[in-house]
Amino acid sequence: PNCSVQVRNHHCSADKSTHQWAPIKTGIDNSSEDFAANDAEMKVLVEDLKAKIAKIEQAGGEKAVKLHRSRGKMLARERIDGLVDAGSPFLEFSQLAGYEMYGKEEVPSGGILTGIGIVSGRVCVIVANDATVKGGTYYPITVKKHLRAQEIARENNLPCIYLVDSGGANLPRQADIFADTQHFGRIFYNQATMSSQGIPQLAVVMGSCTAGGAYVPAMSDQAIIVKGTGTVFLGGPPLVKAATGEEISAEELGGADLHCGESGVTDYYAHSDQHALYLARSCIAGLPPVEEQMTFNPNADEPLYPAEEIYGIVGSNLKKTYDVREVIARIVDGSRFHEFKERYGETLVTGFATIYGQRVGILANNGVLFAESAMKGAHFIELCCQRKIPLLFLQNITGFMVSLEYLFNISFNLFEFRYVFMWPNSRISVMGGEQAANVLSTVQKEKKKREGAEWTDQQDLELRKPVEEKFEKEGHPYFASARLWDDGVIDPKDTRKVLGLAFQSTLQKPIPETKFGVFRM
Amino acid sequence: KRCASTAPLIRPIQRVLVANRGEIAIRVQNTARKMGIETVAVFSDADRNSLFVKKADKAFHIGPPLAAESYLNMDKIINTAIRSGAQAIHPGYGFLSENAGFADRCAQAGLVFIGPPAQAIRDMGAKNVSKQIMEDAKVPVVKGFHGEDQSDANLKKKSQEIGYPVMLKAVYGGGGKGMRIAWNEAEFDEKLASARNEAKKSFGNDEMLVEKFVEKPRHVEVQVFGDHHGNYVHLWERDCSVQRRHQKIIEEAPAPNMAHETRLKLGESAVRAAAAVGYVGAGTVEFIMDPRGEFFFMEMNTRLQVEHPVSETITGTDLVEWQLRVAQGEKLPLKQSEIPLNGHAFECRVYAEDTRKGAFMPTAGRLNYVDFPEDARIDTGVVSGDEVSIHYDPMIAKVVVWGKDRNVAAAKLESALARTRISGLPTNIDFVRRVLAHPEFAAGNVYTDFIPDHHEELFAESETPAEIYVESAIAHALSTLKKSDAGVFQNLSFFRINVAPKYVFKIGKIISNFRTYSKCVISDGKDVTVRFDSENRLTVSYDGNSYETLLNDIEAIGDNEFKFTLEANGRRWSTVVKDLPETLMVNGVGQNEYATPAVYEAFDSLAGGAASHSAVAPMPGIIEKILVKPGDQVTTGQALIVMTAMKMEYIIRAPEDSTIEYIKCQAGKNVPKNAVLVQFA
Repeated sequence: PNCSVQVRNHHCSADKSTHQWAPIKTGIDNSSEDFAANDAEMKVLVEDLKAKIAKIEQAGGEKAVKLHRSRGKMLARERIDGLVDAGSPFLEFSQLAGYEMYGKEEVPSGGILTGIGIVSGRVCVIVANDATVKGGTYYPITVKKHLRAQEIARENNLPCIYLVDSGGANLPRQADIFADTQHFGRIFYNQATMSSQGIPQLAVVMGSCTAGGAYVPAMSDQAIIVKGTGTVFLGGPPLVKAATGEEISAEELGGADLHCGESGVTDYYAHSDQHALYLARSCIAGLPPVEEQMTFNPNADEPLYPAEEIYGIVGSNLKKTYDVREVIARIVDGSRFHEFKERYGETLVTGFATIYGQRVGILANNGVLFAESAMKGAHFIELCCQRKIPLLFLQNITGFMVSLEYLFNISFNLFEFRYVFMWPNSRISVMGGEQAANVLSTVQKEKKKREGAEWTDQQDLELRKPVEEKFEKEGHPYFASARLWDDGVIDPKDTRKVLGLAFQSTLQKPIPETKFGVFRM
Repeated sequence: KRCASTAPLIRPIQRVLVANRGEIAIRVQNTARKMGIETVAVFSDADRNSLFVKKADKAFHIGPPLAAESYLNMDKIINTAIRSGAQAIHPGYGFLSENAGFADRCAQAGLVFIGPPAQAIRDMGAKNVSKQIMEDAKVPVVKGFHGEDQSDANLKKKSQEIGYPVMLKAVYGGGGKGMRIAWNEAEFDEKLASARNEAKKSFGNDEMLVEKFVEKPRHVEVQVFGDHHGNYVHLWERDCSVQRRHQKIIEEAPAPNMAHETRLKLGESAVRAAAAVGYVGAGTVEFIMDPRGEFFFMEMNTRLQVEHPVSETITGTDLVEWQLRVAQGEKLPLKQSEIPLNGHAFECRVYAEDTRKGAFMPTAGRLNYVDFPEDARIDTGVVSGDEVSIHYDPMIAKVVVWGKDRNVAAAKLESALARTRISGLPTNIDFVRRVLAHPEFAAGNVYTDFIPDHHEELFAESETPAEIYVESAIAHALSTLKKSDAGVFQNLSFFRINVAPKYVFKIGKIISNFRTYSKCVISDGKDVTVRFDSENRLTVSYDGNSYETLLNDIEAIGDNEFKFTLEANGRRWSTVVKDLPETLMVNGVGQNEYATPAVYEAFDSLAGGAASHSAVAPMPGIIEKILVKPGDQVTTGQALIVMTAMKMEYIIRAPEDSTIEYIKCQAGKNVPKNAVLVQFA
């Protein structure tokens, strides 16, 4: 019932040995008031998230979209839909990139869409400029998002497809994107080095590739260009006119005919966006196959309990506690969980489970982290490393022993985090606003006391309020996600799916050998 | 007294040669096998891989596709029978089944011809002879007068003898000119004068002939059987009135709206007819019947009919078994009083034909996929991948159903046809379903002009129900999924983070039933959007309408085949989808087939420049005549090539003004569909 849209074949699945692991028995009373309250709170958060994303999906607004279409071009999202295999999921990253980052300037999705989808049967990273957002020019966050996508591609050996439609650097902000190591030039560096590592680089020129943008097709292994709309040049017609006085059209200066017929910068000549996407798919179809190392089971059991119950379990009040096993029970195959060191360091739950048949080692906070919990975690991680079992961290830490702050996110890691996803109820900061205000209040109080001055409640309140507000704002997942501290904010009920996709995307790169034994303690 | 084979001696048949092909060959084989009789098939080049050849115990090649050189080649067939050690030949229907000469040749060769005595075939083959024999046997015949005495008084007298109403026809007439119906004696003079007047003007001659006029005639026929021992029975009648191009498409037994006395009278008349010619074996006596139940002998078919299964169904008999038993010299298995009449049976002949606008053009080609429901009797000679050959009848199958009464049987036929899936060629299935749905058909008011008289309703276009868009779009969506075990990406279809993914499906050209028969045409390339709101909730929209849809129970049920349950627009139903290489068959609320062309086809014209100028064969066929030669200047519409297919003539015309560069076909040679025949410069 809780499966996705798919045509199920009734054949026997391979590995059933993990079926001996007992399913987690739920202790949740989903008819309780508490549950209902939590559920309602989380729903508000999820709905707010979806509303924000729906707005972001509108790209650069009606006018820009209309202009874009009038040029016979598909929208960035449509291009991705047309590029991936029919029905392929798209694991989109950082939808909130650039959210409320540039004052009154809205930069939906950071002006660029990135994510992972299946193209001609192959898991690929897709990077698509959105020309309806400031002409597809690169803001600092656009650069960061582009680089993050390349990082994911490199870490996971995934071919890159760049759907280029960009005016290059956003000139007013050139100082923040141009020169530094993690700036624009890094994109080309990544292309060159990934290519040398055998990670295919494919560019599809579907609009302008001006200035810096021109390097993307030039640095790719293969490039496709759309006749009439695709252009590649370092300086466009206005620059040519300014420099030499020569008047030349964009098409003549760097269009498909020139680059496919004369310069050889592009290899395939497309008649339309659709045709270009078809050619891109055809190019990917020519890549040699890779052997995925996933023990995937298409008939894996779904969890025994509905994913949506996570709402009623977790709620939005981070001060309320719950048993994290209830969350695990709603993520893993058949809710089966083989817990490790259950009676030791109980504030960290560790154990084995499968997600769509793939074995994973789970480390989930279940309270404050104590020394024993940390020792247990280290022991468990060593076990998983030995066995090349990927790790899933369900993080809900109110800190190491004292203070620090609520941190709740869902991440997935091999040696370093490969992916970090957040739930909309999470907060991320060095400490909570209340705690920060307490610290500052205590400092002030002590100071005033030393000075013998008065410290009224009113003064205290005036001090605390902006601190708490600032921490609340900056600890908010949208704030974090806007800055790419994570790979996106997700609906808690989609957690299992997102994890499944993320796991698959990591498994094209063999897990390296571990050169140490398991140190028990 | 007439022929050696009529001698009533028991002569067991151990092996029978079936001198026919397709479904009837298989039909005979099945019964023979049941009786422990070995079967021998004969086949032409066109049938080398046909099902009936595979199913036979022995099979022999008898020549090229052309029937005259194979299935009508008596020498080859008789020699093959002797060579194979068969004692008898079953001719099926068509081909040599009503050939008296062949019956004689069989007898001469010492083979049993499974059919009536040669003399009975001869007697019944000659219209004037048969009519006389019937009159002598007091079987009602259509009376007429065609004579010298053209006086008004004599014509009036003859009309009285024939009985009103009568048809007055100009002897040299045609096209309805000089024709009048006189309903009674009172109006006779006036009608005669008017007919003569028109005949005189149109043909310069006012000679008249007089015939009994049968109003709204029905085609009713009686199944009869005789043995070598002088026994005759009938197995009730069949109504085969619903016809197109003088070929039957729906047959039923018993005839609807018929009084029991009429039924008995009809049966008795048919038995008298059979007895009058010393008939042996299976035969059919055809009558025309007017709305009052008056019937007249038309002709006798001296063979097993295509539509014999409906008689078998209501009587619980196996007529091929009866044929074989009678041929072995046995007595008829049942007496007249022992032959029951149970319920009602229908047969639909499924033809490969283009029914658009009532043209009923036969077609030929490859049947990409053929699938029939399991709860109906299906007599067929084809399986998926077989060809409907240009050389033979384009019948694909007979779908036969039984019900306790006519309404139940009709509902079962409709249900069976809705579940009959044929890809590759247009069929008449959808048309037949329209006939079944017609209130006059449902009321049993059938007659031979049923189709032309109800043309407007039968070919009217109606709005496509929303359910068809919904199921088709979802079928497209699901069929595009990679059915792979490769990983989560390949299995978590349509998943998007925080957004409901939307897909637009261009519901392609419909290429089967509905393409040829415009009941529910979804126009080519309509955009239907499917939005996946959650795992099983979707929103399907087109033309500004939106339908919230529940999708459940998606299940693979075979090779590239799956089914699912939908709920939309207040209705819940299940749809079966067969995903074929070039098409998608969607059977649910609608029965549609959609073209699913390869993606590159959309870009072919972009890459290849202008399309090449040529004239191609619209269907497989034989080139009859070539009317042009290289270098000729031709104008748009000019006839270039005459080809024949399915015994029909096709003229290939110039699509544009041009010069002929070369001709790529030869007269008398076969060409496949889409073959380039003429290349323009």
